Amino acid sequence: MDSVKHLRFDVAVVGAGPAGIAAALAAADSGKTVGLIDDNPAAGGQIWRGAQNVQRHSVSAVWLERLNKSAIQLVRGARVFHAADGELAAESDDSAIQISYGKLILATGARELYLPFPGWTLPNVMGAGGLQALVKSGLDIAGKRIVVAGTGPLLLAVAAYARKCGAKVVGICEQTTRPRMARFGMKMMLVPGKAAEALHFAYELRGIPHWTDCWPVAAFGNRRLESVRISRQGQTSEIECDYLACGFHLIPNVELPRMCGCQLKNGFVDVNEYQQTSVAGTYCAGEPTGIGGLELALVEGEIAGYAATNWEDRAKHLFPKRARYQTVVRILKAAFPLRPELKNLARPDTLVCRCEDVSHERLCEYTSWRAAKLHTRCGMGPCQGRVCAPAAEFLFGWQIDSVRPPLYPVRCSSLAAIPSHSVPRN
Amino acid sequence: MSESVSVRVNGKPVTVRAGATVAVAVLASGATCRTSVTGQPRSPLCGMGTCFECRVAINGEPQRRSCQVLCEANMEIEANG
Repeated sequence: MDSVKHLRFDVAVVGAGPAGIAAALAAADSGKTVGLIDDNPAAGGQIWRGAQNVQRHSVSAVWLERLNKSAIQLVRGARVFHAADGELAAESDDSAIQISYGKLILATGARELYLPFPGWTLPNVMGAGGLQALVKSGLDIAGKRIVVAGTGPLLLAVAAYARKCGAKVVGICEQTTRPRMARFGMKMMLVPGKAAEALHFAYELRGIPHWTDCWPVAAFGNRRLESVRISRQGQTSEIECDYLACGFHLIPNVELPRMCGCQLKNGFVDVNEYQQTSVAGTYCAGEPTGIGGLELALVEGEIAGYAATNWEDRAKHLFPKRARYQTVVRILKAAFPLRPELKNLARPDTLVCRCEDVSHERLCEYTSWRAAKLHTRCGMGPCQGRVCAPAAEFLFGWQIDSVRPPLYPVRCSSLAAIPSHSVPRN
Repeated sequence: MSESVSVRVNGKPVTVRAGATVAVAVLASGATCRTSVTGQPRSPLCGMGTCFECRVAINGEPQRRSCQVLCEANMEIEANG
């Protein structure tokens, strides 16, 4: 049987992306014990995945070095699958981990929204951030033809990164309109640091077609992707490619906050000015409180870390900085609303749930997420609806309103390690 | 980092850079990760541990998310795509 580890921290931080790292470092300033728990093999989250290999003095290197030099205990490769009564239950490759804490900071980040279209399950059709994560993890894309599609500024970052890694980016398909994209560009220029970033991307992406009013209609290939059909301003055309990197902006990971009892507002974790959630002593920072990017995540993390260690004045000092970056949340929201045409991409036989292979036409028989789950097993596979539930929410307008333990598939021995007082009673 | 690490995917030797994930080794081998419940080949979608499409058996242990596991020398990876 696997071993059971017991950990106790004054402040436990879940998620070692920028928000979690900033929160942990701010909390550690007080001299309290801080644990930073993350599913990934290394700290950095998705944006700083593989950052161990990048140049020194970059923003990521500075933060990661501070983390390495701190007394923070980093618990890597640990998935938190249950939360109750002030304790977290997690699982790593070789053990079950019980974590108790005084204060809890949730920095669970975001994932991509994927929309089903014919062929989207073919190997080499990936998320936009998904392809980038794999390249950062060692995938060689030199000489490969890549179409980047979906919506949001991540597409530009992914295209620039892919080109730098030697790929041939055939084109960027952005579903939003040209005027919205232009307004987005102009507004971002007013956010500190973003004008330089925009110019940098413009330079890095020179010569790559950027099509607006454009989205993938179908992907084709025998056992793996060979080409993609796109709709561009009403005209369809087919492009041969090796990878399709496709993501429709980001959605917050609110499963764990929900399980902790935190209230949501419009799909995001509701926090007060100190980043405290509706649950006393539980804080939230970064994308789960609003998709706003790196700088906002860092400052929210710091505020949460200080607030959780009773340094309100230090936290307060950062409020104006946070306010400057909060404008990004509003700008992003206004620029990239999903257009209704995207609801019609899935054909009757297109799969929506990839774990249980549940097609669009089978879901059409039901009127709620719960009924669809019970009758079709949609959302009941290993990913626990992380991919299909947000898609179903967009396609059918269903409310996705419940989370249940375990949040991830776990070994029986990890379930058995949960102390009886925090075993779910429902 | 210029070091590399060698693993086997379905018995075939594959060399990737040190620090690469098992998902990268599977893709480099030309294999696909898993077969879906209706028999379709699947490979990574999210690359960050969320979608579970990249599940493979590693050293005999099934259902591992290959995008979240780093390659170690002589790992035996079984991809059933």
